[in-house]
Amino acid sequence: MDASQVIFILSAALIIASAVMVVTTGNLIHAALWLIASLFGVAILYAVLEAGFLAVVQVVVYIGAIAIMFIFAVMLTRKEMRDKGPQVNSSWPVAAVLGLLTFGGIWVIFSKWDGLGKLPAEIAGGSNATLNQLGVALTSPDAFVLPFEVASVLLLAALIGSVYIAMNKK
Amino acid sequence: MDFTFWTDPIKVVNQWLMFTLTGWGLSGAVASVIANLLGIVLLITAAMVLDIMLVWVERKVVARFQGRLGPNRVGPFGLFQPFPDIIKLIIKEDITPDGADKVVYNMAPIISLGSVIFLWAVVPLASTIYGVDLNVALLYLVAAGALGTLSIIMAGWSSNNKYALLGAFRQVAAMISFEIPMVVALLIPTIIAGSLSLQDITNAQVNGVWFIWLSPLGALLFLVSAIAELGRSPFDLNEGESEIVSGYHIEYTGMKFGLFYAGELLHAFTFGGFLAVMFFGGWHGPLASQYPLLGAFYFVVKAMIGYWLIMWVKYTVPRIRIDHMLAFNWKFLTPLGFALLIVTAIAHSLLKDLGFWPYLLGMLASNIILGWITIEFLRASARKQRMSVQAPKPVAQH
Repeated sequence: MDASQVIFILSAALIIASAVMVVTTGNLIHAALWLIASLFGVAILYAVLEAGFLAVVQVVVYIGAIAIMFIFAVMLTRKEMRDKGPQVNSSWPVAAVLGLLTFGGIWVIFSKWDGLGKLPAEIAGGSNATLNQLGVALTSPDAFVLPFEVASVLLLAALIGSVYIAMNKK
Repeated sequence: MDFTFWTDPIKVVNQWLMFTLTGWGLSGAVASVIANLLGIVLLITAAMVLDIMLVWVERKVVARFQGRLGPNRVGPFGLFQPFPDIIKLIIKEDITPDGADKVVYNMAPIISLGSVIFLWAVVPLASTIYGVDLNVALLYLVAAGALGTLSIIMAGWSSNNKYALLGAFRQVAAMISFEIPMVVALLIPTIIAGSLSLQDITNAQVNGVWFIWLSPLGALLFLVSAIAELGRSPFDLNEGESEIVSGYHIEYTGMKFGLFYAGELLHAFTFGGFLAVMFFGGWHGPLASQYPLLGAFYFVVKAMIGYWLIMWVKYTVPRIRIDHMLAFNWKFLTPLGFALLIVTAIAHSLLKDLGFWPYLLGMLASNIILGWITIEFLRASARKQRMSVQAPKPVAQH
């Protein structure tokens, strides 16, 4: 067992434990903080896989923007931040089956993949290359420039829409 | 062995350490983990020891700006003043408010200081002295800032105090807004150097010219958004002593407050260092390439100058109102940043093959023209506002 496996096991335990805490804790702010811990664990996994860009973007986008917005919204809208109702509703067996099916599907896909057991660098060919390849792929016409631009237009529309809703119309 | 301690100190120490540890019968993998851990501890210790001295620097500089002498009793020039300060902080009563959320309350100062220490992993002190040469180092800077925001919102919420919560709200609003001009400012050296890695950016300046000559506006943009991210005056609304006492750390006592304070000082110094790396050549200086320790000295000097600039602004400019601050960001800094980004990208791709002088003068000219247009624009808008205020108001009819 080498160092990266130890880090993997520790961060996987962190992810799963905090994910369980997100749905079991009664305090909404605590749930958001546990969610942050879980997302941070995923960032560690990306870093172990030598996907530095993804790891950093995970922290910037999920912790720096989305989770902070969660906390902000919770603090602004709810006075009593404690939820005393039941933790599950009547459709939990369906959710459990769906969760197991998803896990099984991922299991099947990964057991057929030949990348298992290889080092991250052997698959990607050097970590600096992947960042440059990502940049080129996002702007090259025969790769992902169309989805990239469509997503940009969508975000711009959302931005203008939120400004329009928030604008003080007199 | 063509290298010695003076040309590559880290490598020499590392080799000696590995040799000693494996000599004690440890396996190579374990020895390398121990050597790396020792390196991390050493780097953090160096940063924290520097932080102790920053307390003295900050107090002395603010005193000089305000026409006072500052600490001058303990040691020569009051140099040992931080130590009584620390003893005082340690022996103070450690209070946790009754209504506080204990775990979150106690974690917040640790994360606050940790988010600053994180940054030191990527700071290139010299050509061979650095934690790690991350190829996404500039984004890493933004990510560490996100953790800092998180610590402030944790502190503000868990203190169970209205002033603390208000301070946290203000700080998060400011940080989320000023992150945009900050990221744009980070993209300027990225475009010029063609890399997000701080080592590559420094090397591009060692082999060429300091980026301050290619993009003075970018440096200014980074300085302003860095001051906002630090929450220092004129953007210190999160503390706002005259309005909300001291914001998010109002309930913290003793060393827990000390961690916030140490984090703030080290953060300011670290941003001075990033300013040096991105626009003032980092460790670049005479003989710095041959002797890395000399390069580290140049780096600390440049970072101190950047830190001094931040302090100069802090102790000169009064606090501005929060609506002014957000309007300043969204209506001025952000559009200016995007205009600068577009101009820099176009000028860089047009001029980069023309040789050294046309490139340098072209980039500088593009910045000066953009700055001039901005000033004319501001003047016209200020004149319009003055006119609308001075215009005769319709007098009420009696």
